Amino acid sequence: MSRLTQQLLTLLLLLPLAAVAKVSEYTLDNGMKVLVKPDRRAPVVVSQVWYKVGSSYEPKGLTGISHALEHMMFKGTEKYGPGEFSRIVSALGGNENAFTGRDYTAYFETLSVQHLERALELEADRMRSLVLDGDEFLKEIEVVKEERRLRTEDKPTGRVYEQFSAVAWRASPYQNPVIGWMHDLDNMTLDDLAAWYRKWYAPNNATLVVVGDVDPREVLELARKHFGSLPESDIPALKPADEPEQFGETRVDVKVPAKQPYVLMGYKTPIVGSAGEEWEPHALTVLANVLDGGDSARLSRELVRGSGIAASAGADYGSYSRLPGMFLLSGTPTDGHSVAEVETALRDMIRGMRETLIDEAELKRIITQAVAGKVFEADSLFAQAMEIGVLETIGLGWRVADAEIDALKAVTPEQVRTVAQRYLVDENLTVATLTPLPMEQRAPRASSAVAGGRHGS
Amino acid sequence: MAAELITAGAVHQARQPLDAFTGQLGLRPLNGKRGLLAWAMLAVVLAWCGLAEAGPKIESWQTERGSKVLFVNAPDLPMVDVRVVFDAGSARDIKLPGLARITNSLLTEGAGDWDANALALRVEERGIILGNGSLRDMAWVSVRSLTDPEVLEVALDTTAVVLKSPRFDTDAVERVRQQLQIGLRSSLQSPSSVAKRRFFHTLYADHPYAHDPGGEEVSLADISVEDIKRFHRRYYVAANAVIAIVGAVDRAQAEQIAERLTGELPTGQHAPALPEVPPVSGGELRESFPSSQSHIYVGQSGMARHDPDYFALYVGNHVLGGGGLVSTLGEEVRNKRGLSYSVYSYFSPMRMEGPFLMVAQTKNDQAEQALEVMRETLARFIEQGPDGKELEEAKQNLIGGFPLRISSNSQIVEYLSMMGFYDYPLDWLDSLPAKLEAVTAEQVRDAFGRRINAAAGIAVIVGGSSG
Repeated sequence: MSRLTQQLLTLLLLLPLAAVAKVSEYTLDNGMKVLVKPDRRAPVVVSQVWYKVGSSYEPKGLTGISHALEHMMFKGTEKYGPGEFSRIVSALGGNENAFTGRDYTAYFETLSVQHLERALELEADRMRSLVLDGDEFLKEIEVVKEERRLRTEDKPTGRVYEQFSAVAWRASPYQNPVIGWMHDLDNMTLDDLAAWYRKWYAPNNATLVVVGDVDPREVLELARKHFGSLPESDIPALKPADEPEQFGETRVDVKVPAKQPYVLMGYKTPIVGSAGEEWEPHALTVLANVLDGGDSARLSRELVRGSGIAASAGADYGSYSRLPGMFLLSGTPTDGHSVAEVETALRDMIRGMRETLIDEAELKRIITQAVAGKVFEADSLFAQAMEIGVLETIGLGWRVADAEIDALKAVTPEQVRTVAQRYLVDENLTVATLTPLPMEQRAPRASSAVAGGRHGS
Repeated sequence: MAAELITAGAVHQARQPLDAFTGQLGLRPLNGKRGLLAWAMLAVVLAWCGLAEAGPKIESWQTERGSKVLFVNAPDLPMVDVRVVFDAGSARDIKLPGLARITNSLLTEGAGDWDANALALRVEERGIILGNGSLRDMAWVSVRSLTDPEVLEVALDTTAVVLKSPRFDTDAVERVRQQLQIGLRSSLQSPSSVAKRRFFHTLYADHPYAHDPGGEEVSLADISVEDIKRFHRRYYVAANAVIAIVGAVDRAQAEQIAERLTGELPTGQHAPALPEVPPVSGGELRESFPSSQSHIYVGQSGMARHDPDYFALYVGNHVLGGGGLVSTLGEEVRNKRGLSYSVYSYFSPMRMEGPFLMVAQTKNDQAEQALEVMRETLARFIEQGPDGKELEEAKQNLIGGFPLRISSNSQIVEYLSMMGFYDYPLDWLDSLPAKLEAVTAEQVRDAFGRRINAAAGIAVIVGGSSG
């Protein structure tokens, strides 16, 4: 296997130039970052504009404002009317949308490469010339509330995640939902949005990422032409948002109408950039994959198949974010077993990580998967652009991605045990359980003939 | 579960995932090697000319045992994607709903000499991704591997055994049965899943498309190991299989791959024809649910894969509700009135007539209003058809976006599976732009007028009682 891993690494290095082309990095005079990665396989391009603003930037009372503003960014500028952005891109054969996370707000277009300039022109236009109209806002904020109902209010696991985050974090802004609390959406005003837009939407707070069938220097010229004249602004420095020590396990039991119990657990952990020692986040990544790096990993093998107490079980850790995050575990019990048993089993798995060293074979499996994963990732322009955009926007820089495989290869079984001992401890833990309330479903009632109305055979 | 990411436009994806146009991103393989410069120049020429893009070069043949193969050479990345599709979806398990799904799920839970643990380890320690899935028409096994000979060898060897000799061990059967039962229960926590299930039951009644591929509580409990083995013997046979291959392998290697995967399957027989979908008269069905929103599914029987009205209905629907926010429904329900986050319509063409559906969700006290707006919008569309500008822009989106939909290996392998499964001609992708271009407003109006009846549709509303 070791030989195989070596072989795969060699293979990765031998990938055709087009497939693993380097990123070209530029900065415009107004401070806007431009990152271009050629991928010549098809005459298409992904263009993404990333802003350094998201829910973790929001003060109390204004939760959800980054996402609400993202919705309003489609509602017109001084030059283009509401919805016109989408219509123009659509008529060019393009896809466009946007997404908001804790650390970023990003807008993207995917199109045939000859239309890239039009996309850049439109993005540049709405960076500084958005028109925030009162009537449009009144309708769109209702759309956002419907989105909240869809994602959270009526979704038991969505509720659990929201409640979990809210109690797990004492101070970190990661305690708030990206979509915002309903009460804050109810009280959001057009003036709030205008102020938020003025504060964060400027070229020196943005990164343009372009991946596709392009020449980096041509993209730079286009970026200069359309974004280059936009004025920069004073971007306020965020106060540090350190999470204080927890001093003991935290629990919440969420009781909502549901059919299936569920448990979600999280240990506070460092990330790349915040860790005491540089290798810690990589050791945590390995640890997450020891538990849940596929069907052969421990959670599937021991809990889903071995003891059979869980219908599903997962572990997840993200080493890339602006602020320290969590190592998450989750599970759904099988019939005849309880969430308490699943929780105990998950804790036992973590205790095992603290007490014993992982196998070399597990480590090798994880590295092989990571190497293959890099090749597979190159099949998607969007995934490549996402990786660059996230890393740049959280402040680590896109180069981190290139160092990832080497960092994982350097992780030792002792380091994996050490991070488990340091961070995966009860004082650091939050547990949320879902206790289903009855759903009181009633039989369907037909208000006009349906069942009896069938004709033919 | 981790990163929370939410978007402006609702992503209403892949109903039947192999619908004609569901892709997003990705690679048009050009043949052979090329100097970077030459390739760049070629790309520039294509770009400047704005030529209608041709699809990938598809090759096709039959294996010795009678499986149809579709292959595209994509040399740029050292990887290969293979998908083996069987006519073994839930349309084949009408007596025991869920049998097709449980059989398909069990293929990767132990095969040949390997139990589930050994099988998972065997692929994952080489970075291979083995997958499976089943819907109403299709059931499939997919594999993604690096082209490194040692790795690919294991990928193919394992997949062949998974297809031919799944073990169906008792403990695996019970485990997967539980997982499907719990999956079913979880889906019944969702008003949208409940509404969709109800819609299909109402529309298809006794037809094999009526029940959900995930099965029913009672039938899942009743399925025996013998049922599963019988289902596998009947449907996982060479004559009932289509193989799609995309990646950095040449024709000779692709032929070996195809023989390798299905060469030892019994020839068997293709699944029999499905019954015609009988007509149904419309009505409204309301179901109370402890949710703050009501989910609305309105629709009727739509079209089959080889429908003569396919392009007129497809393009027409793009104007009506297929183009996301840039559609009539998006405009009326969301943009003008702020009623719903996600509103759309679609045809889901299957072997037999799949449904035509309009979908939205809104807080309970607005459900009647939303339903009315959706129905009025449809009635007006049937009456008037698209205007010239709307139609032109829809066509521009579909035709101009064509290169995007065939630009990654993962997209192309899905297209190949779909084309092979539904017996499309090999030039189908190439011919799409011209066929889309040829659609006229009058054809759309005529097709919708004949096929869609706004008054006769089925409406299912699942939500809180204040509506």
